[in-house]
This record gives sequence, C-alpha cells and structure tokens, in this order.
Amino acid sequence: MITLESLSKRYGESTVVNQVSLEIERNSITVIVGTSGSGKSTLLRMINRLIEPSSGRVLIDGRDTRAEPAHLLRRRIGYVIQGYGLFPHRTVAENIATVPRLLGWEAARIAARVAELLEVFQLDPGKYAASLPHELSGGQQQRVGVARALAAEPAVLLMDEPFGALDPIIRAKAQDDLLGIQRRFGTTIVLVTHDMDEAFRLGDKVAVMSQGRVLQYDRPAMLLIRPTDPFVTRMTGLADRALRLLSLISAAEAAVPGTSEGPAVQGSASLRDALSELVWSGADSARVVDADGTARGCLTVAAILAHGRP
Amino acid sequence: MSVLRPATVLRVAALALLIAFLVTPQSFAPLFAPLTQYGAPPIYDQGNLLTLALAQLGTVCVAAAASTVVAVGLGVLVTRQRGAQFLPLSRTLVNIGQTFPPVAVLAVAVPLVGFGERPTLIALFAYGLLPIFENTLVGLRTCPPAVLEAASGMGLSARQRLFAVELPLAMPLILEGVRLSLVINVGTATIGSTVAAKGLGEVIIAGLLSSNTAFILQGGLLTGLMAILLYDALSALERRLLRTLTLD
Repeated sequence: MITLESLSKRYGESTVVNQVSLEIERNSITVIVGTSGSGKSTLLRMINRLIEPSSGRVLIDGRDTRAEPAHLLRRRIGYVIQGYGLFPHRTVAENIATVPRLLGWEAARIAARVAELLEVFQLDPGKYAASLPHELSGGQQQRVGVARALAAEPAVLLMDEPFGALDPIIRAKAQDDLLGIQRRFGTTIVLVTHDMDEAFRLGDKVAVMSQGRVLQYDRPAMLLIRPTDPFVTRMTGLADRALRLLSLISAAEAAVPGTSEGPAVQGSASLRDALSELVWSGADSARVVDADGTARGCLTVAAILAHGRP
Repeated sequence: MSVLRPATVLRVAALALLIAFLVTPQSFAPLFAPLTQYGAPPIYDQGNLLTLALAQLGTVCVAAAASTVVAVGLGVLVTRQRGAQFLPLSRTLVNIGQTFPPVAVLAVAVPLVGFGERPTLIALFAYGLLPIFENTLVGLRTCPPAVLEAASGMGLSARQRLFAVELPLAMPLILEGVRLSLVINVGTATIGSTVAAKGLGEVIIAGLLSSNTAFILQGGLLTGLMAILLYDALSALERRLLRTLTLD
C-alpha cells in the first residue's frame, strides 16, 4: 500500500502540489487524471523521489521512502515515461536488464527474466533481443519501456502518460496488455494521464487533480454518480455519462439467469458494447456467454438501461 | 567498397610516401635539389627525420591526452548541478588557451620551465583544450532528457548515469573534439623547435636560417602528411569505437 500524507511541492511562490493525501491500495491500478499543469506528474515523481516534496511524506507498505537513498528506492519501483527513454546505445535485452544488473542479479537469472519479459510483451527474442531501440516501432518501444520497468519484479509501477505517443489502435492494445500484466504480476500501478477515457478504462480508482489539489478520489462510477466538484463533472463530461457508466460494468456482472433468442455477447464485454450490439441487431435481449461459449444468462435492453442511471 | 576505393588508394599512397621519406630521405634528394642554391644539401642532414617526426608525434599525443583529461573533466563538472557556476570561468580559461598564441605561451613558459619539450607541451595543452571542452559540453547537453529521466527513475546513481549513459552518448562528439585538437596541434607543434623541442619544426627553422627552400618544404610537407593521416586514422578509429559501443 502507498500512503501519501499531505504532500506539497512549492517552487518559490507557486504551489504545484498542495496538501495531497491518498491511500493507494495494493494490487490495484490508480489513475491520476488532470489537465496539464494540474501537478499530476509532480505528484507521481514525488513517490519515487525524482522530485523531493516540500512537505509531507510518502509511505510504501508503512515505510517512509526517505529511509533509504533515493536511487536505491527507485530500483524497487518501476518507472515508465511518455518518451520511454530507452537507452539508444544499448540493445533491447540490455535495456530490459538495466535494473537487475544494478541489483547484482546473476547473469543466468537476468537472461531468464529478459527472455520471459520479451515473451510476455510479444517480442520475439531471436528477432528483437539484440536490436537497438531505434530499430523498433513506437508500439514495440513502448513495450520494451514497460518490460524494462518490470524487470526487477517491482511491487510498484509508476507510469507517466505511458500511452501518450501511440496511435489509437495500438494504444487500446497497450492498455489491454497493461491490464493483463497487472493481473499476471499483481503489480500496484499508479498511472498519470490527461485522458479521461484512459482513466475510466484502466483505473480501479481515479484521482481527479486540478491546480495542485486532488478534487475527488474514488471508483470511476462514483465520479459519474456523485461528483464532489464541478470540475470533476467537466472532466468526465455530462453528455455521455450514462454510456460511460455502462462502459464500467461487464455483461457477466449484469447478466440474470435465463436464456434469450438474441445475439450472443461475451461476458467480458461492457454493457455499453452489449447495448450497441442490441441496437445494431434490433433484438430486445442478448445471450451472455463465456469465452468458451458456455451460457452465463441473458440481458434485456431495459435491464441494461437501468444500469445507466445512478 | 567500390566507392571507397579511390580514398583508400590515396590513403595508402600518402602513408607510403610519408614512410618512404622518413626512412630513406636521401632517395628524394633529386626532387629537392633544384630548390637549393650554392650546393647546399637538398635533404636535412643535421638529424634523423624519422626520430624528429616521432618526437613531434609523441609531444602532440602527450599534450592531447592531458587536454582531453582536463577538458572532459571540466565539461563534466560544469554540466553537473553543483558545478554549473563554474561554466563561465571554465569557458574563459579554455578560450584564453585558444586565443593566446602558442608562440606567446612559449615565450612566457620558457623562463618558468626552461627550454625543451616542456614549454611546447604547455602551449599545445592550452591550445588543444577548446575543441574538446566545447564538444564535451554539447555532447553532454544534448543527451535526450527522456533518457536521462528514465536512467534516474530506474535507480542509476548520478555517477552510474554519467558513465553508463551520458558519456557513451556524448562520446562521438568528444572523440571529434579530440581529433580536431590533435590535428591542429600536429601543425602547431613545429613552433616548439624555436625553444629546442625535438620535432620537424627544426627542419623548417634550419631552412629559414640558411635560406634553404628545400628544408622548409620538406619540413612542411612531412608535417602536413602526418596531420592528414592522423585525421584519417582517428576518423576510422572513431567509427570503429562507435560500432563497438553500440553493440556492447
């Protein structure tokens, strides 16, 4: 668990981060979302002490982050930034091996870990291990950046706009991959973005920041149902809030026992997607099925719509 | 390869010419004889040309090594947060080294350290600082910020970041600075002979004193050939080093 206790950062007269306190749960994805200049990146960098707080403190599993030298702390925390910052003079394998090497792992263990990560991130070791970063596509560089951050099996992963430079299709894939990685390694992820869609898609909890303050820190649905500040409503948007709400619930969660003549919908699909399918097909209800085709129940249009209201 | 061939031929020819001249200078006597008057010797005969050339090369290399250590050290210092305040001072010092004519440095140095190699080393050292310093500065300053941030973010200490990331990335520019400095100084080193440093300058000065155009020309020619070949060899070494750096 990461605890931020009234963290502030001041540069002369201006306060960039103002008295922020957050509890970030273990094995979850927390998204900090805000406009540029809201202080979200500064807040993130205070967690791994790339920026030292002016006041307040950060605890990771109850331990003050100032208890050890900053560079040793950072070896235990993964860090991914927008430009990835891959070492241009090092191969993909060497880039990924950076932190394990710093930690003095044995060569065989490093090699095994690099091979495992290349596989997890769908980079053929034979083809890419010895490549230099500039020989990779943007999406591949991004994956190497995340693989490098995860190499030493950190419990915490900090990500600053990690998908900002990707085109929409590759971005959606990278976001799905991140969800998969989080489940696989159980990493606690704190991610900074300016994109509300990304926040809703990835965040177990979302912190909305403006002018150095966290205005609301809650589950995504609560930001829609019970916004505590007009700025939160502005960020989430009023026009499609019902659809956003539907996008947060999976078909499997909402399915009720029974069967239907309508189209089949995957249990992992969101209600928003299920509704879209029903609108398109003109049916009144859909069958919910698992990935292997077993029936999980059914969903009616009316039931879906009821989920779109607070 | 076929594109490189004329350059390679020229390179080998220049090297062959230099070696031939240094090892068997007398075989070039007929070429230089028309430039002499009153039966003066066409080839320098008061010392071994090969020894002089090697001495000059040695002086230049020692001076360049010292310049590199100091200039790169200063470049690293002033690009650290704590050393940034020394930038104007370092720049001034290095610029003085370049603007102060080497001849004047010799004149000032001789009373302090005596005649011979030492004043020449000092003059060349001061003269060679600027290109290395400025190139080191540019190289370190143009490291991509995202790369530096990632390095720190992953837990490289300041020292590890410098040696594992910043210096390797700045290396092409640093090497270029060293090459410039070396080549400039091969030529400049000839003036060391005015204060009794061993070198090909001796031949030129002997020529000037005895109005022997042949001496002046062969001294200049040999120095020029050495500079060109050195430049060429260092460029090749640079390319090679960069390849191993990127593959390592």
